[in-house]
Amino acid sequence: MSDPTIRRRSFLQGAGLAGTAAAAALSGGLAGCATGQTTQTAEKPGAPTEPLLTLTPSEAAFLGAVYDTFIPADQYSPSGTDCGLVTYIDRQLAGAWGSGARFYRSGPFRTGKPEQGYQLALTPREYFAVGIAAANDWSRKTYGKDFDRLAPPQREEALKTMDGGKAEFVDFNSKRFFETLYQSAMEGFFADPIYGGNRNKVSWKMVNYPGLPATYATKAEEYRGKKVSLPPQSIADLS
Amino acid sequence: MAKTMKHVDAVCVGVGWAGSIMARELTKAGLTVVGLERGAFRTPGENFVLPTVRDELKYRLRLDAMLDTSIETVTARHNPDEVALPMRRWETYAMGDGLGGNGLHWNGITWRFSPSEFVLRSHLTQRYGKNAIPAEMTIQDWGVTYDDLEPYYDKFEKLCGVSGKAGNLKGQIVEGGNPFEGPRSSEYPNKPLILSQGGIIFMKAAKSLGYKPFPTPASNSSAPYTNPEGLTIGQCQYCGHCEFFGCEANAKASPNVCLLPVLLRDPKFELRTDAYVARLDYDKRAKKVKGVVYIDRRTGEEVTQPADLVILTAYPFNNVLLLRLAGIGEPYDPHTGKGVVGKNYCYQTVGGVTFFIEDEINPWIGTGTSAASIDEFQADNFDHGGLGFFGGGYICVSGSGGRPIQVRAVPPGTPRWGTAWKAATAQWYNHNLTLTTHGCQYAHRANYLDLDPTYRDAIGRPLMRQTFNYRDNDHKMSAYITAKAAEIAKATGAKIVANPQPRTGNFGATNGQATHHTGGAIMGTNPRSSVVNRYLQNWQASNLFVVGGSAYPQNAGHNPTGTIGALSYWSAHAITTQYLKSPGPLVHA
Repeated sequence: MSDPTIRRRSFLQGAGLAGTAAAAALSGGLAGCATGQTTQTAEKPGAPTEPLLTLTPSEAAFLGAVYDTFIPADQYSPSGTDCGLVTYIDRQLAGAWGSGARFYRSGPFRTGKPEQGYQLALTPREYFAVGIAAANDWSRKTYGKDFDRLAPPQREEALKTMDGGKAEFVDFNSKRFFETLYQSAMEGFFADPIYGGNRNKVSWKMVNYPGLPATYATKAEEYRGKKVSLPPQSIADLS
Repeated sequence: MAKTMKHVDAVCVGVGWAGSIMARELTKAGLTVVGLERGAFRTPGENFVLPTVRDELKYRLRLDAMLDTSIETVTARHNPDEVALPMRRWETYAMGDGLGGNGLHWNGITWRFSPSEFVLRSHLTQRYGKNAIPAEMTIQDWGVTYDDLEPYYDKFEKLCGVSGKAGNLKGQIVEGGNPFEGPRSSEYPNKPLILSQGGIIFMKAAKSLGYKPFPTPASNSSAPYTNPEGLTIGQCQYCGHCEFFGCEANAKASPNVCLLPVLLRDPKFELRTDAYVARLDYDKRAKKVKGVVYIDRRTGEEVTQPADLVILTAYPFNNVLLLRLAGIGEPYDPHTGKGVVGKNYCYQTVGGVTFFIEDEINPWIGTGTSAASIDEFQADNFDHGGLGFFGGGYICVSGSGGRPIQVRAVPPGTPRWGTAWKAATAQWYNHNLTLTTHGCQYAHRANYLDLDPTYRDAIGRPLMRQTFNYRDNDHKMSAYITAKAAEIAKATGAKIVANPQPRTGNFGATNGQATHHTGGAIMGTNPRSSVVNRYLQNWQASNLFVVGGSAYPQNAGHNPTGTIGALSYWSAHAITTQYLKSPGPLVHA
């Protein structure tokens, strides 16, 4: 496990790339350093900073470890956890989507061809619970530990095995679960920060996406073909 | 308890483009019309406003403006001998509901179909010989020609304030427009949208290969515009949030902006939202549809609406479902090829190629349409002799927005995550483009719609069952035109051109592309091969008209909405000028 303090510092060195707002995002951490204290976030990398609505502690630890592997802290962004991805998925799973709203849930349930899409009776909340349990079973069998206890190189290897369809979960499709995890990470990282991820619009700064209000009728020609850096604005900024 | 409403002259089932146009034209002719819409009342100015309209997760990923699959969905299988399973959530396409239908949250790409598409079987037979069309390709002529529809295309374009550049004005080829389009009676009502950087790159490369690129016709208004209904459409803001989103600038044409404000003021029209039409009241002996039965979602009551004229203006799946439940017309049987209801269900065959380039693309400045297109490989605009397939599509450049959950290509070989992935994402987000090949999907004997034997919707009706796969013609066509797109990509001076991605393999419920479904209640020249005649009037029940994409005998490479608008006006014209004078069949079988 990497030293959280070092990880924080290395991120701060790179924060200039992402602009001042990203540095401001860490003001809590900076203040903590200045007074010789550490914030809860800095102390527990991988732990969500917001209270959980639905995830169990072990589920949150699993997802934090997955998201920190997908999105490690580096010169481009803080770690997935510090970007709020666990908070993002916790809120999604606790809400209407997580409990299966807008899903057709009548039986009979059959496996079907892969092209026939999602055919399980599980809601997304249930699917994550079952998937995380299956992944940790497999991780214990393969590495002797739960996924979140693995060192970063082993986490990387384990996710590659799942991505490659080679992880043999008991009675559960590991590749499909991997894709669900991956999609949730991308959603949390790139969605509007109103959903709890993409804290401080860090991914938008990373790619130079200006966000809102996106009214370019008078700028479409002026900006055409030019490098344009507009400080991104989110829904909350304009609310 | 069931209740019966006061009799009206006409009832429209579904209030999207087709329903709004039919209702408007019929009320203008003096008829009393009720529009039934199963979804909610909504307006762009109220339901899609800044800042919350710019929410990619809500509208694009969670499909908030689309039909709730827990109420109704579609089952899918590839072949008639397989078991179909429900799409438990929209993973490849999504049906709309709510006032304005998909017309409220479409991209706004507004084409006319190529003239040869309307006489497809005759045209191909004439050019390639009578044995050229494979037996399983069940394409047919529409019974209506481009020239018949031209005035109605024109009318729809003026309603929407389409931005574009004519390429063929009354037979004269005009520089800068689409030289392959059918003759137009007038120029587009709005000048083209501002060309994006991607559009400039595409046009230059396409011209270097001898093609004739032109601005893609768009119902995203390039300037404020007042339509013939007296309604004003705003100026497109190039916000890059079109498809699946409503337009807060009122700049994207929709029934809600272009027609409904007039209709809702008209005492001859009554809109009922949350009115979920369950079935038709069909008198088989008299061959008349006496009205429709719907569930008022606000009260739970079953309500009968009697009417002299019943007009189905819903999505193709729903038009076909209502016909099947009523027992109107013979269901199509893929084994014998007999029957018509559900026949020739078609989709769209989309491919593409992504490339990476030094230019600053600024993809977040976008409109609903691609900036520019070429039509050299559309329809039968090129010689198909020896190619082993028919049809084609247009090639266009991406430009509908840089929404970052979904639009952030990285070069081939980039890891899927980690610092290297972030580095590539940061490096290339602003430096990639995709050329899309938007191809036709011609009818195949084994692609059709019928009633699912197992799965039911929320009000107990069978779900529509889609038996569909991409067939040999689709694969070959897509491979051919996508290879042409790759040549253009290479001619841009791109640093990296990714492998072309033509449509290959099976239809996948998880493999997203267009929401362009057609057929199932197709038009034609006789009742043995079609559900409706050239005026979209049902062959069995002459007081029933079935209007919309369901009438297409096969789907062209161009997007379907322009033709839905034209057919709606064409059908309404036939009703008001012919049918009302002498109710009965407009074409004798």
